[in-house]
Amino acid sequence: MDGDFAIAEGGLAAGCRFFAGYPITPSTETAEHFSERIPMVGGVFIQMEDELASIAALIGASWGGKKAMTVTSGPGFSLMMENIGLAAMMEAPLVIANVQRGGPSTGLPTLTGQQDMMQARWGSHGDYRIIALSPDSPQECFDLTIEAFNLAETYRVPVFVMTDECVGHMHEKVVIPEADQIEVVERKWYTGPKKDYRPYKNDEDGIPFMVKVGDGYRFHTTGLTHDEHGYPLLNADCQKINVQHLLDKIDKNADKIIRIEEDQIDNAEILVISYGITSRVAVKAVQDARAAGIKVGTLRLITVWPFPEKRILELAGQVKGIVFPEINAGQVVLEAERIVADKCPVFRVPHLGGWVHDPDDILNAIKEAAK
Amino acid sequence: MTESTNPIEEILRMDRIPHIWCPGCGIGTVVTSFAEAVRKEQIDLDKIAIVSGIGCTGRVAGYVKLDSFHTTHGRAIPFTTGLKMAHPETKTVVFSGDGDLSGIGGNHLIHAARRNMDMVVICVNNFNYAMTGGQVAATTPKLANASTAPYGNFENAFNLPYLVEAAGATYVARWTALHLRRVTKSIQEALNHRGFSFIEVITPCVTLYARRNRLGDGLNLLKYYYDQSEIQHDADTKTLDISYQGKLIVGKFVHKEKPTFLDAMNDHLSTTLGTDYKLYGVNND
Repeated sequence: MDGDFAIAEGGLAAGCRFFAGYPITPSTETAEHFSERIPMVGGVFIQMEDELASIAALIGASWGGKKAMTVTSGPGFSLMMENIGLAAMMEAPLVIANVQRGGPSTGLPTLTGQQDMMQARWGSHGDYRIIALSPDSPQECFDLTIEAFNLAETYRVPVFVMTDECVGHMHEKVVIPEADQIEVVERKWYTGPKKDYRPYKNDEDGIPFMVKVGDGYRFHTTGLTHDEHGYPLLNADCQKINVQHLLDKIDKNADKIIRIEEDQIDNAEILVISYGITSRVAVKAVQDARAAGIKVGTLRLITVWPFPEKRILELAGQVKGIVFPEINAGQVVLEAERIVADKCPVFRVPHLGGWVHDPDDILNAIKEAAK
Repeated sequence: MTESTNPIEEILRMDRIPHIWCPGCGIGTVVTSFAEAVRKEQIDLDKIAIVSGIGCTGRVAGYVKLDSFHTTHGRAIPFTTGLKMAHPETKTVVFSGDGDLSGIGGNHLIHAARRNMDMVVICVNNFNYAMTGGQVAATTPKLANASTAPYGNFENAFNLPYLVEAAGATYVARWTALHLRRVTKSIQEALNHRGFSFIEVITPCVTLYARRNRLGDGLNLLKYYYDQSEIQHDADTKTLDISYQGKLIVGKFVHKEKPTFLDAMNDHLSTTLGTDYKLYGVNND
């Protein structure tokens, strides 16, 4: 199956029973597959009037007690930014898959890009944190969509599956395990006395318990800066507590959240960092470089946000240079540059979208770094 | 001496009072009508949710002691679509303003009506964007003055009952805020109606719209709207345009049965898929 299908199957396997979406190339196949499959498993598919509505419906469904997701691409992702902020502020778990295409604007509807990576991190106004994962294969589209739901439920945060047109339309074998072999995290429901319930009172792990509509808690939640009752409290003190919590719950758990894949790092002189489809293109360049006698290690970002700062800083002290290809003008590489600072040079390998890199461009950057 | 409390206090977050609305504002009376309707219908307070968008009326969700959601500007209706479909046994009420529902949220309004999504929409229409200081709205009557129409408004205004009926709403009414019992009764009917219900309530905005247009104080304007009203149940919604300080046709215009989104989904999928399909939202936990 292709990556788009695998995202839908991953969502269903994770327990997603509410899908709201709006058609957009190259992600539509996921919505189509959901519309076919979800009625059979007791869920709801609804095609909304636009992406503003899709994400709003997801937040409503999340408070209605369902695991909810949507899928989109660049222009639709832009429209969702407003309510991604609301989901972050209300701490409503949900999953958005973005099958990236070339931008800006309508750009390249049918051709690939990785140009929404910074938008995923910062797109809505204000300070908040999200989690973004980047699958490099249809198998990972399946696996990481499940993982996205598990993270969303654990940290009560919007989680993005940031794939791209190539992986979305790539057909490969996908192994779907038996249901009892799949680890699925369920929501942390509050079960205590009704009078004691505070929607935004942190549990010991820093994450508040959740209830759903109709449970009799008669709770309030808002996009306004709020106290632990969920009531608006519009001053700098409350803002500090409220927003700091949104940052802390991800920052302080970054080590638990982050997943990376390393290869031949031990005696590497050059480090190639990549994610998604670009990591598969980089394989060829790395093979050629190794054949030419250059000691190259690779680090693949499975989690892009939060960014694996500690590990990259560690490796920056070991290697002569870092090569960072991505299908954009240079986005995630900026974060690497910020962290590495003057420990070693970072070589950007940008590609503006429409196709993947020519492996030789990455190889040349590796050679340049090895000089 | 025993302390007596108003029975609607059970439905209000008394710890949030005093509210933010200006003296003479009509929103509070509509909230009273809503609370009264919920009480009269003996709705299980654990099984009804209220959703607001942004603006003066958007603050209603914060004062009502039910599961209450204060969402983003214009998105209360699609939020409620998700909430309702995720948990169909909960009654859902959208309580918001004219700018929120018909301006920035206009597309969602017509699509929820088209789907006959089961929700009650209470639209407080004060003819302007009040929270931000009295700007012109999609509902501002022609010639009325607004802070962004300082020479008077020359745009056409929405006739909301006509709009939502055309889009597919199955219960449509309009009242002024002084029609307290009529508003209450309409909300009662809408709470019992399965489908998309829309109740427009014309209210004075004293601080901005009334002051800028020199229309007197809240009580005067409330009374003026009431006096300008003519009850015409079942009136053709085409005829319900509102002119500046002109006659207001009020009443119940539409009340008909049609399958809701959920009913249509269950009906259609069980027909086409047969026993492979389990009815959704029936005996839902």
